[in-house]
Amino acid sequence: MTAIAAPRFLQSTVGKKVVMAVTGIILFGFTIVHMLGNLQIYLGPAKFNAYAHFLKSVPSLLWGTRAILFISVLLHVVTAVQLTALAGAARPRAYSFRRWRSASYASRTMMLSGPLLALFVVYHLLHFTTGQAHPHFIKQDAYWNFVTGFKVVWTAVAYVVCMLALGLHLIHGAYSASQSLGLRTARTAPVFKLVAYAITIVLVAANISMPIAVQAGVIKLHVPTEVPPVVVGVR
Amino acid sequence: MNIKLHVWRQKNGADAGKIVDYDAPDISPDMSFLEMLDVVNERLITKGEDPIAFDHDCREGICGMCGMMINGTPHGPRKATTACQLHMRSFKDGDEIWIEPWRASAFPVVKDLVVNRGAFDRIIAAGGFVSVPAGSPPDGNAIPVPKMNADLAMDAAACIGCGACVAACPNGSAMLFTSAKVAHLARLPQGQPERDTRALRMVNQMDAEGFGGCTNVGECEAACPKEITLENIALMNRDYIKATAVYRKERAGGD
Ligand code: HEM
Ligand code: FES
Repeated sequence: MTAIAAPRFLQSTVGKKVVMAVTGIILFGFTIVHMLGNLQIYLGPAKFNAYAHFLKSVPSLLWGTRAILFISVLLHVVTAVQLTALAGAARPRAYSFRRWRSASYASRTMMLSGPLLALFVVYHLLHFTTGQAHPHFIKQDAYWNFVTGFKVVWTAVAYVVCMLALGLHLIHGAYSASQSLGLRTARTAPVFKLVAYAITIVLVAANISMPIAVQAGVIKLHVPTEVPPVVVGVR
Repeated sequence: MNIKLHVWRQKNGADAGKIVDYDAPDISPDMSFLEMLDVVNERLITKGEDPIAFDHDCREGICGMCGMMINGTPHGPRKATTACQLHMRSFKDGDEIWIEPWRASAFPVVKDLVVNRGAFDRIIAAGGFVSVPAGSPPDGNAIPVPKMNADLAMDAAACIGCGACVAACPNGSAMLFTSAKVAHLARLPQGQPERDTRALRMVNQMDAEGFGGCTNVGECEAACPKEITLENIALMNRDYIKATAVYRKERAGGD
């Protein structure tokens, strides 16, 4: 018998899922914090811009976070590609006729929702972080960028679609991670499911509300009581 | 009843294979699915054609030999039912039935619907055992086993190794099978001494056989004729992670 006991963790299908789960949870955690921070858009430009300024105030923290996120995305994507290749090699020939019994749509489309999220992240960074994909970018005015950015109808629609894809990815992924990490038991599974589903639904709903609120005119450029119009007007 | 069959025919491992259509008239709803195939085969033999090869043995759902994709799902449409326990009353007159072998590179087709499931045997041989002095039988109840553990071990041990989980999985993963074997022994005191190495060896062998990874889709659990649960996979993941963490090269013998 050639089976060996030496662990080959990162080469193993179990270890690769642990990598997916750990990096996925890091990204999930980030999207939650990111959503909570962005909800301050409802508090007006002063609060929102102060928050945006605060985020960039400690360079070591900013770049540390960015490094962790970048490495997580990289490992998540590379491992996803590896697992997909393994799955393809394990079933080189598809069934002529296939009927799913229980597999959810979300679980079968992780390799569609995932890559769409990767494209979204690139667009999102060019849009709100660096500004190349933004029609009226002003470096120091996050509130202005937010509102003028989402005033563009197709941009608002694209964000809503991508957030639905995020929901699809996480409605499977967030709960799936507990299984990959071996944390699920008959007793804990319902708890993980409830927490994963609840956070995912709140996350997606809150994120989607923002572009919609701009389109609906609930979030406006001019909030006279807090910021005189001149401030917004200067470029 | 009259049935139309679309059956995968493949002469041997080297043959490309294809779906061939057969009419199966005058089928009794009381026949089992395999009896229906027997009738179709008798008619083929009478006509001088090659009968459809399929695996079967006990025909009572306990040996795990039978197994084929029936209308796109392993062992057919009924929950917790092997192909041999499926009856034609689960279909209606005029139905079309698609029959294909398990599709996995680790389960090469031998002929038609027969696949080689030797990969499962090698996974078991890698660690699905306990080492005990094989002398006279020990006293009953000499080793106390909590009732719950005994029950959970029995549930996992119900796995008949048919391969439906692999066939059902969109990734061709064998984790439900392997985890049932890991969990069965991990739940019992006799399984503890080799618990860590078992998880490592069996997962290593499973990967070496070319099965895919689990993405927690749950199709295996739904297809399993013995209702093995995903909870076993969580246990195997847990055991594998822990065994990796506590592994010491100098204690691992030759490995
Ligand atoms: C905002 C970005 C993303 C977040 C928050 C996220 C989150 C997650 C989480 C929590 C999991 C579950 C891990 C597990 O079950 O072990 C997961 C799995 C997965 N993700 Fe992502 N992910 C993101 C981006 C991506 C991208 C860009 C891709 C593809 C290129 C991708 C592909 C996958 C795949 C294939 C899985 C495994 C599916 C499965 O286990 O069923 N993800 N993701
Ligand atoms: S022939 Fe034994 S389980 Fe079906």
